[in-house]
Amino acid sequence: MLRLINFAHSEIFMIGIFASLFAMHGLGIDSGDPALTGAALVGTLVVVTLVAMAASGLAAVAMERVAYRPLRRRGAPRLAALITAIGVSLFLQELFAARYGRDELGFPRVLEKRQLFEVAGANIRTDKVLVVLAALLLMVALDRFVNRSRLGRGVRATAQDAETAALMGVDIDRVVMLTFLLGGLLAGAAGTLYGVFFEAARYNIGFLPGIKAFTAAVLGGIGNIRGALVGGLSLGLLENWGSTVLGGEWKDVFAFTVLVLVLLFRPTGLLGESLGKARA
Amino acid sequence: MLLELSDVRVHYGKVEALKGVSLEVDEGEIVTLIGGNGAGKTTTLKTISGLRPVTRGSIRFDGNELVGVPAHKIVAMGISQAPEGRGIFPGMTVMENLEMGAYHRAGGKAAFARNLERVFELFPRLAERRRQPGGTLSGGEQQMVAIGRALMAGPRVLLLDEPSMGLAPKLVAQIFAIIEEINRQGTTVLLVEQNAAQALRRADRAYVLETGRVVMAAPAGELLEDEAVKAAYLGGDVGSAS
Repeated sequence: MLRLINFAHSEIFMIGIFASLFAMHGLGIDSGDPALTGAALVGTLVVVTLVAMAASGLAAVAMERVAYRPLRRRGAPRLAALITAIGVSLFLQELFAARYGRDELGFPRVLEKRQLFEVAGANIRTDKVLVVLAALLLMVALDRFVNRSRLGRGVRATAQDAETAALMGVDIDRVVMLTFLLGGLLAGAAGTLYGVFFEAARYNIGFLPGIKAFTAAVLGGIGNIRGALVGGLSLGLLENWGSTVLGGEWKDVFAFTVLVLVLLFRPTGLLGESLGKARA
Repeated sequence: MLLELSDVRVHYGKVEALKGVSLEVDEGEIVTLIGGNGAGKTTTLKTISGLRPVTRGSIRFDGNELVGVPAHKIVAMGISQAPEGRGIFPGMTVMENLEMGAYHRAGGKAAFARNLERVFELFPRLAERRRQPGGTLSGGEQQMVAIGRALMAGPRVLLLDEPSMGLAPKLVAQIFAIIEEINRQGTTVLLVEQNAAQALRRADRAYVLETGRVVMAAPAGELLEDEAVKAAYLGGDVGSAS
């Protein structure tokens, strides 16, 4: 939305995963403890998610303040912001590597991974249902915020034409900060979901999901929230189809082939950029 | 004096774009700023709106200093602008564009309803197209959105940057007639125009800007008859356009 691809977003996500892990430890849940049920389970998930969202949100806002705002103030070229993003990404990775080591840290299993039912050979498990429901809920909330609320309209105006938005009384610095905060909150929630699903945390764990998120965004059309949802679903389906046909080890290769192909043949993505379409 | 610029200097990097501009706009006037490309007309408006940092000089509005006030606060003080090239939000509907004009929310719901009614009276076309995306409108309609959106802020001074740019002659006349109507309703107008003939005919007073300096200031009618102005800015179309 801000004509900036924050490659360090992967690390904001990674911070969300670590924050989830530490929140679980903080609640006295350790690896090997029995899975939780009922109110304890719901309460734990909510608390852990909130902690992760807060940690990632704060990290994202701090990153904008320290790394991006000075560049924006100076009117630095976009390439500078991109290089900064890569620098911030490496910095955060190495910071976590130095502090928590390079090995994978295990997650306690808070949610029993029980099969609920089977549909056409696909087994629907509790954790999958949780991930899908939470992702949908977050998408709808974000979409509503951006398209319905006054601040969301300020965000969209800034994305379309920042200078004119300022003429309307939009405080650009606040909108940019808000965008980073929102991105951080979502990444934090995603971190919790990832932690519960894959039960692992590592300093560079954000890298692959980050690139895949980028691929999904490009596939759906950059700067388009609904496009990102469509892109994410398509990428997931393509990936799994590819790994069935070619074998699991080809899954990631497949994802990046998709990225390259989309960039080559349909750079505006599946849904196109809404702005680009309206301008044409 | 409602709006007063004194010796305003603005730099783009090392280049001085405004080399000490002084001008005044009194309550209820239409003042026009004419001049060639790169004379600093657009920069002057952007500077008043707080989009360009002032290196030296002062801008006073209704007794308050505007230099150093961020752009998003200036609109709430009573100065709004329809920027050059219309600058409407293409991905938003006409109604959303108009709502953006009232983003600062001064005056609350009553003011919003009043301003919206005024805009729809001035531009009935916008009422018909309120759900249409801004990017799909014609050039003239986009200009109406840009002016209407600026009016939604309920300004005391309306800054218009080249409202006739790229429009067919018939539409140009229509837009200028509406600008006069807006002024009659009590809004002060500072108008930047390439179409000097039309602008001088509608305005009370005018300033001629050349390479960042005010080189002439006079009642608009006098400039319309001035030989140097005729030669430089009016070309042959003084009598022909209506």
